[in-house]
Amino acid sequence: MTGYTIAELGDWNKKLEALAAKNGLNYYDQHFELCDYEDMLCCEAYAGMPSHYPHWSYGKAYERQKTFYKYNMVGLPYEMVINSDPCIAYLMRDNTLPLQLLTMAHVYGHNDFFKNNRLFKERTRAELTLEMFKIHANRIRGYIQDPSIGPAKVERILDAAHALRFQTDRHNSRKLLTRKELASDAATPLPESLKGDLLGFLAERAQLAAWEKDLIEIVHYESSYFMPQIETKIMNEGWASFWHYRLLQELNLPANLYLEFLQRHHMVVRPLSGHINPYCLGFKLFASLAESPDGLAKIMEVRALERDQSFLRRYLTRELCQELNLFSYTIISNSIVVKEVADETGWQTIKNALIMNVGLAAIPKINPVAVDNGTLSLEHVFDGRELELNYAKETLKYVVDLWGGRVELATTLNNRKIVIQCDTDKLVLVK
Amino acid sequence: MAIFSDGATGHSDRSAGDRKRHHELLEDAIRRNLGDIIAEENIIGQSSTKKFKIPIKGVKEYQFIYAHSGGAASGTGKEKKGHTVGKAAASGQKQPGLGSVGNQPDEDVYETEITMDEIVNYLFDDLKLPAMDRNKYGLIETERQFKYAGYQRKGIPPRLAKKRTVVEKLKREQSLKRNHENTGDDNRLPFREDDLRYRRVRTAARPCANAVVICIMDISGSMDQTKKYLARSFYFLLYQFVRWRYAKVEVVFIAHTTEAKEVSEWEFFHHGEAGGTAISSGYAKALNIINERYNPDAWNIYAFHCSDGDNWTDDNATAVGLATKLCHVCNLFGYGEISLNQSYTATIRREFESNLAASNFVIAVINKQDDVWPAFKQILDRQAVGEAHP
Repeated sequence: MTGYTIAELGDWNKKLEALAAKNGLNYYDQHFELCDYEDMLCCEAYAGMPSHYPHWSYGKAYERQKTFYKYNMVGLPYEMVINSDPCIAYLMRDNTLPLQLLTMAHVYGHNDFFKNNRLFKERTRAELTLEMFKIHANRIRGYIQDPSIGPAKVERILDAAHALRFQTDRHNSRKLLTRKELASDAATPLPESLKGDLLGFLAERAQLAAWEKDLIEIVHYESSYFMPQIETKIMNEGWASFWHYRLLQELNLPANLYLEFLQRHHMVVRPLSGHINPYCLGFKLFASLAESPDGLAKIMEVRALERDQSFLRRYLTRELCQELNLFSYTIISNSIVVKEVADETGWQTIKNALIMNVGLAAIPKINPVAVDNGTLSLEHVFDGRELELNYAKETLKYVVDLWGGRVELATTLNNRKIVIQCDTDKLVLVK
Repeated sequence: MAIFSDGATGHSDRSAGDRKRHHELLEDAIRRNLGDIIAEENIIGQSSTKKFKIPIKGVKEYQFIYAHSGGAASGTGKEKKGHTVGKAAASGQKQPGLGSVGNQPDEDVYETEITMDEIVNYLFDDLKLPAMDRNKYGLIETERQFKYAGYQRKGIPPRLAKKRTVVEKLKREQSLKRNHENTGDDNRLPFREDDLRYRRVRTAARPCANAVVICIMDISGSMDQTKKYLARSFYFLLYQFVRWRYAKVEVVFIAHTTEAKEVSEWEFFHHGEAGGTAISSGYAKALNIINERYNPDAWNIYAFHCSDGDNWTDDNATAVGLATKLCHVCNLFGYGEISLNQSYTATIRREFESNLAASNFVIAVINKQDDVWPAFKQILDRQAVGEAHP
């Protein structure tokens, strides 16, 4: 560590926690773990989980990240935080003190968000997170080591389930069913409760062995755990950035430390030309909301109730669009062409384009609609945006892997309704 | 109150297993895409260390995604409606900064660099010259190998014979005991220089099968640039393959128009000529060379011929006759026909198909660059020939 000790960090933390409490943040117990950059890369590859089941895609994520880091294409995350109770965050040992303090305050923001946002409260059980991931990891390792199963068969199912990991129930409408409902569900080939949940449907109805269904269930669980994070990326980062900025201002840092903090802060929340920086957008939105008369109460309410889509719909104003120089674009033969700029008429279009591309709205929704004679029919919920055909074909093969029979997907391409078919021999037909 | 812990323990490399598996999948992907490289890249005459950049298609993590058609982004404030502000990039760079709590899929762009040597390794891993007769041993053809033969007292450390050294020490220990000499206070007897034994090494010469590959190419006027290029691609693969797989296989190059001559490797791959076509001339030359230098009793002979099949009609009968003779003396005779436009003009392929019945004769058709590798495999994947013609 450079120029400070863990004890000193603890002292600073005491002050930070006092300020956080004074401001009304309400968070889980916090564990900070100091680590080096290799650990951080590893952590990032496994979504921060101390225990996670093995799959090659995590090895790929690690190497990819490491390569990018090596060639200076991205910086390392300063911190990694997971939604659990107690909340675990990793701090990089080599970071300077001001950066460490920024990160810690930032982590308290995330921690508060995890504990209070509606989506997290309804869909995740933070006190079970670590244990669940560990149990799942052990179960999958068990299947891998089982001589009658082995790594290849496990990988086949995981590959396929990962391809469909976002094709789950988006509204958390899965309720506990009564015995009667269960009985009637069992009798129908496609029960009402699974109509919006392709992965869940496959876990229940595909022609698979019990352990294979268990693998799908595990992936399904992980999806529902990460879903709130995907749905609140802008809010979550904005909230954490808002609080690191406010807490560190109140912390009365010595001038030299404060200067470095400001510099780092501006790096984090600067707009990225050609992209949407969630830190920046979220920070600006919360900061502007906090300026209203009873601002603090208002932002506390917003962080508890909204998700990215509703957050932007309600609070993204024309002034903010202009301040951030937002523009909307279309892609015409590989060129990015500006469609609207943030003026009187254009800003609503920009706002809508933005809302269409955050959270799960950026991922197409594919639903099971019918089972007929062993053929599973799927439907793409078409909202004007077309599927990437090549990806759709390849992903359909994975559906066949799980389903064990012919699968058809109905979608719209070039204003024409088409059906993509895939048989068990993996021949894909488009008609 | 927060807890701080320092994870200063020597951490285990937890992603090692997953990285290894990812690498295996990458290699698979490279292997699968090699056919495309041969189709796309100008590989002829490249040195073995030249690096090729190849995109890997195999390890994408497919999901249902939208075709990228638009969105919103921050700008500089100078954007104007209808202006082009850039190219749609395949991969989005992540911004430096605070950790990501989401998990967004983004586009994979994989490009890896491999050398000609590696390509050759991947390509030819499971191929060999079919129907090689191991009994046709030669005296000159040898494979140098180191073999251990006995022990000696002097040597270099890597050749230290540990077991033998221990035995020598035990022998010394026993003799000391027998002579009732004091072996020291704690009965510990250290090794001494005298105990050390090293392995002796001699080079063994192992005879291996004699083999010669005869490449016959039609370089007449009807073989235009593209056709010649295809033929050369085929031979280049063949040549690389033979060089890679066999240390001592001889290669003979024959180029023919109406008459044939033996040429050097460089000439074969770089020269162009024009004129009429008499395929028989090439075959006659090949038979001639076999007679003079490669006795079929002692040599495994492989002959390959590439042509557009546009032969002088008068010559057809002779050509088929000589081809039959070649089939008799060769382990394998492969004919690759380069027909760009798949015209229905009579080519010598028809003649071969109807008049040449030998199980060690293979025909492959090359219409375009993509066909070169399949044709190559088709000709060499003739393990069955071995059984038919021992």
